[in-house]
Amino acid sequence: MEPSSGEVAWSPTSVAEVAEALGRTGYLTDDALATVAFLALRLGRPLLLEGEPGTGKTTLAEALAEALDVPLVRMQCYEGIDASQALYDWDFPRQILHLRALETVARAAGGDDQAADPTDVEKSLYDERFLLARPVLRSLRESPVVLLVDEIDRADDEFEAFLLEVLSTYQVSIPELGTIRAATPPVVVLTSNRTRELHDALKRRCLYHWIDHPGLERELAIVRSRAPEVPAALAAQVVRMTQELRTRGDLLKPPGVAETLDWARALDALGSVDLDVETAAATLGAAIKYHDDAERVRASLARILGG
Amino acid sequence: MPTATAPTPTSPEELLLGFARAARAAGLPVTADRETALLEAVALVGIDDGAGTYWAGRATLCSAPDHLERYDRVFAAWFHAAARPRTAGPPTPAPVPMASLADGETLDTDTGTDDPRGMHAVASRADILRHRDVATLTASEKADLATMFGSLPQPRPLRRSARRTPWRRGEIDAHRTLRRHLELWGEPAGLEWRRRDSAPRRVVLLVDVSGSMAPYADALLRLAHRWSVRGRGRRDVHVFTMGTRLTDVTRALDRPDPEQALAAAGDVVPDWSGGTRLGETLKAFLDQWGRRGLARGAVVVVFSDGWERGGAELLAEQMARLRAVAHRVVWVNPHKGKPGYLPVQQGIVAVLPYCDDLLAGHSYATFEALAEVVDRA
Ligand SMILES: Nc1ncnc2c1ncn2[C@@H]1O[C@H](COP(=O)(O)OP(=O)(O)OP(=O)(O)O)[C@@H](O)[C@H]1O
Ligand SMILES: [Mg+2]
Repeated sequence: MEPSSGEVAWSPTSVAEVAEALGRTGYLTDDALATVAFLALRLGRPLLLEGEPGTGKTTLAEALAEALDVPLVRMQCYEGIDASQALYDWDFPRQILHLRALETVARAAGGDDQAADPTDVEKSLYDERFLLARPVLRSLRESPVVLLVDEIDRADDEFEAFLLEVLSTYQVSIPELGTIRAATPPVVVLTSNRTRELHDALKRRCLYHWIDHPGLERELAIVRSRAPEVPAALAAQVVRMTQELRTRGDLLKPPGVAETLDWARALDALGSVDLDVETAAATLGAAIKYHDDAERVRASLARILGG
Repeated sequence: MPTATAPTPTSPEELLLGFARAARAAGLPVTADRETALLEAVALVGIDDGAGTYWAGRATLCSAPDHLERYDRVFAAWFHAAARPRTAGPPTPAPVPMASLADGETLDTDTGTDDPRGMHAVASRADILRHRDVATLTASEKADLATMFGSLPQPRPLRRSARRTPWRRGEIDAHRTLRRHLELWGEPAGLEWRRRDSAPRRVVLLVDVSGSMAPYADALLRLAHRWSVRGRGRRDVHVFTMGTRLTDVTRALDRPDPEQALAAAGDVVPDWSGGTRLGETLKAFLDQWGRRGLARGAVVVVFSDGWERGGAELLAEQMARLRAVAHRVVWVNPHKGKPGYLPVQQGIVAVLPYCDDLLAGHSYATFEALAEVVDRA
C-alpha cells in the first residue's frame, strides 16, 4: 500500500543532504540513520525506530521537523489509548452551551410552534467549530508536518490497527463531517521500546531501523554539540566512562546518550574539570538511574577510572 | 536457469530478489510487499553503493533486533562480503559457496531456522516474474504468470471483523448517539454502537478494458476469475467490464477453469480495446446496480488508468455517487507503481477525492498487495 496521493514534504536528493540538514539542528546521524531517514522521506514511508532508551529516537522526529521547517505533531502513546484520543473529540461543554442558547432563543421567540427542527439542531451541534482535533487528525489537516507516534508499543493491538489504517490511506472518516485527507502525507516517525512486539502488518508499512548506542567519537560529538559549555577534556572522560559502562553486561539500565549529557552537565555545574573517583561517585545519579546498578558501578569506579 | 557455484544474475532486480529469497529462507519475514520496498529503496541509493544497499535492505527486510544478525550473515554471503560496511554487526562469516535451487522450488515453509540452504537460494523465475510489469511480458512469461494466478490470495472481507477499528464508518451510530444526547439535554449518554454481524462483504470489480488498458486486461480478468471462483466458503464477487459500455461478466467467469472463463468473458464483452467513457459507464453501473443495491456496502475496486474521453466532471459526479453507497472504493491504476508516477492525470485527479485507496496494479506482487487491502476493508 502506498500513500493515496500527494508529494512528500521534502524530497532530498542525497543521503548527505539529509545528514547535513539534521546536523544543522544539532542532531548527529551516522550513515545508517541518515540513509534510512533519506529513504523514508523519498519513499513516503513511516520510519519505525527501535533501540535502547536514550539513543535519540524521539529527538530524531524533532530534528526532522526542524530540518524540514514544519511543525512537529506529537502523539504520545499510553496504555489504553484509543482512536478517539488520537483523532478528535467533540467539545462537549461548548455543545451544551450551544444547545442551551438555542433553547433560550426559541423560548424568547414565543416558544409556541417555533420548536427548532431537530435535524437542524443536530447539524449545528456537529459543526467544525466544536471539533477538538487530536494529534492524528491534526497531522492530516495541517500536513506538511512531522507526525511523531512515540512509544507505540505502549498502545494495544486495536490502536495499532487504527494507525495502520491511517498510515495506509492518510485519511480518516468522521461520521458527522465526512472524510478528511492529508493534502501532503505527513512524515511519520514511530518509536518503540519493544515492551511488546508490533503487528507485522504495521511493521511492513514502515522502514525499520534499530538505533545502537553511538560509538565513542560520535557520542563525544553529540555531547560537544548539545552541551558546548562542558570542557572538551571532561566531556571525553564522561563519554569514555559511559561507553565503558555500556559494555559491562550487569546493569539493568545502561546509560543512554541522555544520561551521558546529564552527567557531563552535572559535573560541569559542580565545577569539575576532571572525572575522578570522588566526583564520579558523587554525581553518579545523573548517569545511573537504578539503585542496584549504582551500587555495582560504585564498587568498581576505582578500577574503571584507573585508580 | 542459474547453475552451480555463484549466481550469475543478469539484472540488479534478480540479484536483489534472490537476496530477498535467501533472507526469507534464513527466517526473515520477507513478504512480497517487502520485496517491492527493497527494490524501491535500493533503486534510490543505487545498487553500486554497497553500504547504502546494506542499510536499504536492512530497513526493508528486518523488523526486530533479532533479525539483524541473520540479515548480516545473508547479506555477507549473498554479496560475497565485498560491499559490507564495517559499521555494525558480528564478524563476517566465511563466504558460503552458492548453489542454485531447482526453478520455482519454494522455501516459504522454512521458518525461523538458520538453515544454510537459505544461502544457496537464488531468485526463481517466479520471484522475478511477480515483480514484472505484466504489460511487458513475453508469451512464455505470460503463460507462467497465468499458472501463478492459481495461488493469488483471495480476499474475504467481512462486514464485521475483529480487525476492524472502532472509529470506522458505520460503526458508531452517530444519529442514535446524538438523539440520546438531545433527549437528555446533553447529559453524557455514552456512545451508541450499531449492531454488527459477520456476513461476507460483497466485492465488486469494475475492469476498464479500453485500448489504453489492453496490456493489462488479461491479467486483470485472471485476477477477477481467481477472486470470484467458488471454493470453500461463500463468495460474493461481481465483475463488470467498462469500455464504451458496461458488461456484466460475472456469469461468464463462473467456470472453474480460468482459460474457459476468460474465453467466455471474451465472447460477451463487445468493446475490447475500444474507447473509454468511464463517467458514462460508471453512471450506467450506478443507475442499474447502485439502486438495486449491488454496490451498497460493497468493496468496489475500479481497475483503470483514468483515461477519460468524456468530461472529468461526469466522472467525478459518478464517483461521488459511488462513494456514497459503497463501503470502500479502491482505485487500481497500473501506472501508479511506476517510477515518477504522480496522480496528475485529469481522470485520476477527478476521482481521487472519492477513493479510499489508490493502489498500483501492474504486477503480480501489486495484485497480492491489493488482495490484502480488500481483505482488510
Ligand atoms: N544523534 C544524536 N544527536 C544529538 N543528540 C542526541 C542524539 N542522540 C541522542 N541525543 C540526545 O540524547 C537525549 C535522549 O534522546 P531521546 O529522548 O530522543 O532518546 P529516545 O531514544 O527517545 O529515548 P527513550 O527510549 O527513553 O524515549 C536527547 O537529549 C537528545 O538530544
Ligand atoms: Mg523517546
